[in-house]
Amino acid sequence: MPEHPTTLLAEITHRCPLHCPYCSNPLEMVSARHELTTEDWKRVLSESRELGVLQLGLSGGEPLVRPDVEELAAHARSLGLYTTLVTSGVGFTPSRAAKLREAGLEHVQISFQDSDERTADRIAGMSATRQKLAAAAIVRDLGFAFSINVVLHRANLDRVGEIIEMAAGLGADRLELANTQYYGWALENRRALMPTRPQVEAAAEVAEKAIGAYAGRMQILYVLPDYFETYPKPCYAGWGRHYLVVMPDGRTLPCHGATHITTLQFDNVRDRPLRWIWEESAAFEAFRGDGWMQEPCRTCARREIDFGGCRCQAFALTGDAAATDPVCTLSPARALIDAAIRDATDPPEYRYRYIALEPTRP
Amino acid sequence: MTLTAASIPSLWRLARLDFDPVRQQRVLLYPEGVVLLNDTGAAILDLCDGRRSIAEIATALEERYHCDVTADVIDYLSQLVQRELVRA
Repeated sequence: MPEHPTTLLAEITHRCPLHCPYCSNPLEMVSARHELTTEDWKRVLSESRELGVLQLGLSGGEPLVRPDVEELAAHARSLGLYTTLVTSGVGFTPSRAAKLREAGLEHVQISFQDSDERTADRIAGMSATRQKLAAAAIVRDLGFAFSINVVLHRANLDRVGEIIEMAAGLGADRLELANTQYYGWALENRRALMPTRPQVEAAAEVAEKAIGAYAGRMQILYVLPDYFETYPKPCYAGWGRHYLVVMPDGRTLPCHGATHITTLQFDNVRDRPLRWIWEESAAFEAFRGDGWMQEPCRTCARREIDFGGCRCQAFALTGDAAATDPVCTLSPARALIDAAIRDATDPPEYRYRYIALEPTRP
Repeated sequence: MTLTAASIPSLWRLARLDFDPVRQQRVLLYPEGVVLLNDTGAAILDLCDGRRSIAEIATALEERYHCDVTADVIDYLSQLVQRELVRA
């Protein structure tokens, strides 16, 4: 029997006014008319708590596109979940923010694209900076726990110092600096997003100093760019061990990128109890433990540290979801990563994501 | 930072203690994270109110454990200070 999961990411919608070229939503997004209802989501949250989930991310797309976020946040609080609203800040109006506070929402994470407004707008594919700044002020005024998240890539990595100062100036309690992970949209845009090694090294140094300098005032998490590392990232501390994602249409995944693994079928909370999906479904069982591993992972001393790396990345780059993550320097496919680092283009040209914000007729 | 018997620890503003009826266990919840607590850890954190010193926390716990626990309290809280979950 698997452990209790601790974290549920509820992707309540894929609709979003922003068009970021590294979006973590799948390439094939779920349209509004296929989204779960409010009642469906409340049942999913209740089932997740019974299964052991303690952390909830209300995410998207932009979750505030849906008018029921307040109701879901209140339901989550009544269950005892610690809830994070993962938002672009667009739609985080004073009245909705006050209702969310009243509902018991504890933590708000706002994405920023850059400290430089012009580049930020170019990355978002729209002008959202002013709405984000207004949202940040509201988050602070209402006393929410406040995180800022910035995805790092070629066009903003040189400004990591300014980005840190911006976050501190906005009063963030936490700052997540996440180097781009190349799945889905980011993989489509990899040549445009890929930084150079000198950029990566300079940014890591700035971030490391800032982590010490801001300790006690603002917690800084620096997510390393795995392409430039020796070993892969542990896949959410192991596939199907602590983490699950429910998509807007109810499909349930071990990580948000898993739909890209086309050899797996994902069960839906419309058809099955969440407990069954977690404990028994084939997709969640697929990469639990180490029985599925091939060489060099199977006999590697690090197999309990990084679990062979990311299954989605292994599938996307090698066509085999059970292969060693090619980021690993022990992988026979590591040359694919080195070639991708060399393949960066300048200036970057992005392929943006688009989705209808209002439901369309079937 | 190094903790001493005189340090006055408190939980990070963003962290809260709770009880999980599913695991039948006390937990520390904070943004994007969970610490599953054993009984001793929970007993220490219950006393981290930003008013008591570590010496006072240890004295309160000695009534329960009948031995000097100051060093254990410092060890335990140092790990949480390292993770920025406790401030002192």
